[in-house]
Amino acid sequence: MVSERSEAVDGETAAMALKILVAGGFGVGKTTLVGAVSEIRPLRTEELLSEAGQSVDDTEGVDRKTTTTVAMDFGRITIRSGLSLYLFGTPGQDRFWFLWDELSQGALGAVVLADTRRLEDCFPAVDYFEHRRIPFVVAVNCFAHARTYGAQDVSRALDLDRGTPVVLCDARDRDSGKEVLIRLVEYAGRMHTARLLDSVG
Amino acid sequence: MTDESKGSPRQVDSQWYDNEAGPLVRPYAMTGGRTEPGPSGVRFDLIALVTLDADAIGLGDDTALGPEHRALIGLCRAETQSVAELAAGADLPVGVVRVLLGDLLEMGFIKVNRPVPPAQLPDEKILREVIDGLRAL
Repeated sequence: MVSERSEAVDGETAAMALKILVAGGFGVGKTTLVGAVSEIRPLRTEELLSEAGQSVDDTEGVDRKTTTTVAMDFGRITIRSGLSLYLFGTPGQDRFWFLWDELSQGALGAVVLADTRRLEDCFPAVDYFEHRRIPFVVAVNCFAHARTYGAQDVSRALDLDRGTPVVLCDARDRDSGKEVLIRLVEYAGRMHTARLLDSVG
Repeated sequence: MTDESKGSPRQVDSQWYDNEAGPLVRPYAMTGGRTEPGPSGVRFDLIALVTLDADAIGLGDDTALGPEHRALIGLCRAETQSVAELAAGADLPVGVVRVLLGDLLEMGFIKVNRPVPPAQLPDEKILREVIDGLRAL
């Protein structure tokens, strides 16, 4: 296929893009987090429901489907020329789950943003990434006026697999957001190495 | 009276539809009704990187190209961009952009860099680079 040539021929100069997903309940700060770390103004990309929704057995609003769009936030961080990190805020509503499958294809990992006042909102995201064995970290967005819980408490409440990092963060703060991403990339690297060893042994 | 009606057409214009009505041109009209990229059947990932093919001369002169094709070429000319950025930049749904990019690929205007397949995540060196890069931001 025409499109696959470039990477194979000169791996040195071929640009590389890595994908990180930002998931979590509605209004938990996904857009804020993407905006805080992105070097570009958060762009919104829209996906048409009519094509992506073919697999969805939807009995209502069939007529409207063709004109409904799903917005996805995304941002970019350029590590160096030819190496960029792309962040995608996943659509929050349940009825857009089918988009997640595409988004998570080839993703390096995911950040699940959580709000301790409504922890249950992030259960679906946690389930999703656990089932698909996509490395993720839980980032607890510490809202003002919300009682702060320790990372341990959150980990227990979410019944996370051992080793899944929980980071307390402020989604508005660039440094805090960077720290979350660093933890994720470190964790994704560890997971990947462990899997390689598994497959050899 | 007549003055009043003369002054109002703009208002009348803006009244018969609004944002709620959605786009005036159905998005897939720009692709001639096609919802899948051409015969090659490529599936463009959101982070697939699109570059203009340096060998393609006379870009944009081709009459087979629609205004949206040209818009995409214009965006790629500025810098290498991901499919997602192109969709946002051209203000078009990703599905539509995929079809248009399929055309451009077939006509030899662009090259597409596939992202790393999930089975072979980037090696440790790259991940280290990413972490150091993030720290240095």
